[in-house]
Amino acid sequence: MTDIIKLSAAELVAKMESGELTSVEITQAHIDHIIATDGQPLDADNRAAGKSGLNAFLHLNAEEALEVARGVDEDRAAGKELPALAGVPIAIKDLIVTKGQPTTAASRMLEGWMSPYDGTVTQKVREARMPILGKTNLDEFAMGSTTEHSAFGVTRNPWSLDRIPGGSGGGSAVAVAGYQAPLALGTDTGGSIRQPAAVTGSVGVKPTYGSISRYGVIAMASSLDQVGPCARTVMDTALLHEAVAGHDPLDSTSQNRPVGNFVDAAREGAAEGGLKGLRVGVIKELSGEGFQEGVLNRFNESLELLKNAGAEIVEVSLPSVKEAIGAYYLIMSSEVSSNLAKYDGVRFGLRVLPEEGPITIERVMSATRAAGFGDEAKRRIILGTYALSAGYYDAYYGSAQKVRTLIQRDYAKAFEVADVLVSPTAPTTAFKLGAESKGDPMALYKGDIATVPTNLAGVPSISLPAGLADEDSLPVGIQFTAPAHEDARLYRVGAGLEALLESQWGAPLHEQMPDTLELIRDFDFGA
Amino acid sequence: MSDEILSFEEAMEKYDPVLGFEVHVELNTATKMFDAAPNGFGNTPNTNITPVSLGLPGVLPVVNGKAVESSIKLGLALGCEIAPVSHFARKNYFYPDTPKNFQTSQFDEPIAANGSIDIELEDGTVFTIDIERAHMEEDAGKLTHMGGSSGRIQGAEFSLVDYNRAGVPLVEIVTRPIVGAGERAPELARAYVAAIREIVKNLGISDARMERGNVRCDANVSLMPKGTTEFGTRTETKNVNSLRSVERAVRYEIQRHAAVLESGQKIVQETRMWHEDTRETTAGRPKSDADDYRYFPEPDLVPVVTDEAWIERLRSELPEPPSERRKRLKTDWGFSDEEFRDVVNAGAMDAIEETVAAGAPASVARKWWMGEIARIAKDREVELTETGATPQTVVELNKLIEAKKINDKIARQVLGFVVEGEGEPAEIVEKRNLAVVSDDGALNTAIDEALAAMPDVADKIRAGKVQAAGAIVGQVMKATRGQADAARVRELILEKLGIEN
Amino acid sequence: MSAITRETVAHLAELARIEMKDDELTALASELEIIVESVKSVSDAVSDDIPATSHPLPLQNVFREDVVGNTLTAEEALDGAPDAEDGKFKVPAILDEG
Repeated sequence: MTDIIKLSAAELVAKMESGELTSVEITQAHIDHIIATDGQPLDADNRAAGKSGLNAFLHLNAEEALEVARGVDEDRAAGKELPALAGVPIAIKDLIVTKGQPTTAASRMLEGWMSPYDGTVTQKVREARMPILGKTNLDEFAMGSTTEHSAFGVTRNPWSLDRIPGGSGGGSAVAVAGYQAPLALGTDTGGSIRQPAAVTGSVGVKPTYGSISRYGVIAMASSLDQVGPCARTVMDTALLHEAVAGHDPLDSTSQNRPVGNFVDAAREGAAEGGLKGLRVGVIKELSGEGFQEGVLNRFNESLELLKNAGAEIVEVSLPSVKEAIGAYYLIMSSEVSSNLAKYDGVRFGLRVLPEEGPITIERVMSATRAAGFGDEAKRRIILGTYALSAGYYDAYYGSAQKVRTLIQRDYAKAFEVADVLVSPTAPTTAFKLGAESKGDPMALYKGDIATVPTNLAGVPSISLPAGLADEDSLPVGIQFTAPAHEDARLYRVGAGLEALLESQWGAPLHEQMPDTLELIRDFDFGA
Repeated sequence: MSDEILSFEEAMEKYDPVLGFEVHVELNTATKMFDAAPNGFGNTPNTNITPVSLGLPGVLPVVNGKAVESSIKLGLALGCEIAPVSHFARKNYFYPDTPKNFQTSQFDEPIAANGSIDIELEDGTVFTIDIERAHMEEDAGKLTHMGGSSGRIQGAEFSLVDYNRAGVPLVEIVTRPIVGAGERAPELARAYVAAIREIVKNLGISDARMERGNVRCDANVSLMPKGTTEFGTRTETKNVNSLRSVERAVRYEIQRHAAVLESGQKIVQETRMWHEDTRETTAGRPKSDADDYRYFPEPDLVPVVTDEAWIERLRSELPEPPSERRKRLKTDWGFSDEEFRDVVNAGAMDAIEETVAAGAPASVARKWWMGEIARIAKDREVELTETGATPQTVVELNKLIEAKKINDKIARQVLGFVVEGEGEPAEIVEKRNLAVVSDDGALNTAIDEALAAMPDVADKIRAGKVQAAGAIVGQVMKATRGQADAARVRELILEKLGIEN
Repeated sequence: MSAITRETVAHLAELARIEMKDDELTALASELEIIVESVKSVSDAVSDDIPATSHPLPLQNVFREDVVGNTLTAEEALDGAPDAEDGKFKVPAILDEG
């Protein structure tokens, strides 16, 4: 059984096609492992206490997943033509709506809510005939970088259970890193796919803005949000990206152009000489000061490997990146304050009556929002309300939009001399749960420095493991960024570097990860 | 409870009113502004909705292209400049009829701006009203207040929300301040809203029925002491749902403002609600968010970019503007100012135009539509076009008269049968045997009988008193139940008596 | 730009329809102050001649055909509602007249 769950999506497809494995066997193996390692995914008390496992899932969808798997097996046996990833199970971040399963955004606000419609990516997953294992944990409404802001308990990092899994998409990253799913969907507004990938030693891609439909993805910050693939290999992210990308008439910001050939790009990059002549721009501002030593060591080794493989390493500068965090928090919180206004206890979800005083709709809305949103959501709503307020708009939101222009210009200039840009994904490895500095939210926000600029510019970015840091033996992520619509370059360079690193390590990085069942057995969840 | 008001005349002696209007026009597209839900009136509550119109988590808007074209056409008809680049924006405020708790609207970059239209009052005076902007937005859902009296928000225990109307496309037309209307302000208000209604109806972009809320007017009123030029504090009156209400509400607010100012108090800048039943306004719900809507560009929608070719194509599709059409028809028909104004006020212009197009002279068409058909409409309290009489009816009646098959009196009778639903005029004349008696034999018999019955009259005629023939004609008409052609009868009488006419 | 006071946060909380207790207002005021201080450089970094970017990638004129699509039934619409009556969403009184 352990062998099945360690296989990549590409390997699983091959084994199903050769008749070695069925989708039911594969799906069942993953469900079993989820049940064994996640704690009690369906047990609300354990979940709330953050106890007894990885807690990557908020909802397990075993029955439906197995049904889909059975259908795929039957059709394969009957010789019918099937989509590329048919029968490969997938986990979906609980920010994406799924008909017939709860969608909570990890918020009390939506506890128990069932969407009457499917998101476009959900529909694509169904059309791809991939069994949906369940919905994964996140920071409430995707706001946070630790998954500690989930209303339903923290998700734990399978490399070390007392460490953060990153966020907001800690659940999806842990699901793939912890062998609970070969593939997962995440969303990335300022690094929510890439930073969790970095700290869990997995691969995550934030595609070009508009590459994958946002219809049915609960909006955090509309002009920054993008859906993307999570997996343990670059090839697997390419496979999933191809399966769910494409123009959607229901999303006005969806790109109306052909989906790139990502799988081929990954194959080419991993082949002998695949990186020859590739110009890799090292971002000056994001590869020195403020980054953990072990992170920089692994980063520099990767650059060495790329150089030895024939890539040309150049230095580039993104001078406006120093304003990126400020601009990001202004734009993001402004859009958040408006996007989250619909949660008011009128049409769906939670309604809370005021404890005292008259019951008016205004007071019910206020009480509902007070009870339904966690602290981080409230903080960002208030900041956004402030930034959009009369008298402050130009100074804050308006200026932030201009910084966005500056950052885009910086990227355009950098891409004149480099085909892809590179930096570490996050300044540090996974820090301890509960370490989020109290009273200074900016300290934490600054951890997003390497990831938010790409969201502001709309350009695509990939994070893949570069090894383990010397200080703490925890995974380090390396991030490549390409110009808009050139996502294929990410798969080429990502798969290329991955192959170089694995030949050095002798095995995928995940082989060095401790056994999850043993970790859980020895861990004091009460701590 | 009622506010003090000053007499209108007194108010006008001391103050000059400044008006401003925000007219919302509901477009008659098949679907809503930002989603594919049907744009329909009066359906089962919460059925004309998609996840988007309900603002469910995860939904995204997509602009209705037809609504954009309708908005551009309206902008052109209002003489506006069409923006080369126009953005949607979010207007943030919490209210349970607004599914997302923001309205998707336009803010600093509306689709159309800087226009003007000429408004002709009943006596022919023309006022030019400057249009500041016309922008696209979405309608809200409908709240029903329950548990109180007469469905008002005051005293209600709870409210019910139907989101069928949420997301229906609107164009909001905003005027610049209108100064100088003086005592004609209420009349101008009415005429302005009537003109907007006429324009959107003429463009075919709205059903334009005020009673259904297709055209809604918020009237801004402020006063400034005569001889001064600084605007006073304004109020915005809502719930003005008919042309009559617009006129009355403006008049009332002028009187109320005047009374407040006269008593030395200040006007509170607020929303007022018009009540047609009591013909007064009351203070509306205080809007705590009113001064801070936190507008920002709608990130889920992309800009609308227009180019010359697109605008010119839409311009070429515009129908003739109503005011120009009126000028043309008046000249074509040769009506006097007064005749034409009566036609317009009676709402008979379309019918007359169609009747003329179908082959009747304008004077004949006017005679029928302003005469007998208008009388029937008035009796039955319906619109002219709802009487059952059509342009074709008038054309046919006229043909029958010209062919001397029937006379005017019979024609009126035939019209009566037409509106009763008995069929087409010719058919009715045939069926009811109403045709003029043109058989000279039958007439001669009747004439002989009449002459025999009135020998003294016959003698008078023979003696040269030709006008005495009228009595004999009358007798013959009576005998033929009016179906004779009186002129022919007269000819036959004179012939018979050997008189040269 | 003024310092963030407790009163400022109270006003923002009202605009955002979030009921907040005194200690929350105070805590948020100091946190917001820190955030606002640290994002101030954003407005210093730009000038009038730089255009604003509202969308990361330039798109324009994305329109939908005016054709009716699938709708929800009233049952589906009201299924997740906290309260409903007569096929409509039910909400408490709008005015406070207590």
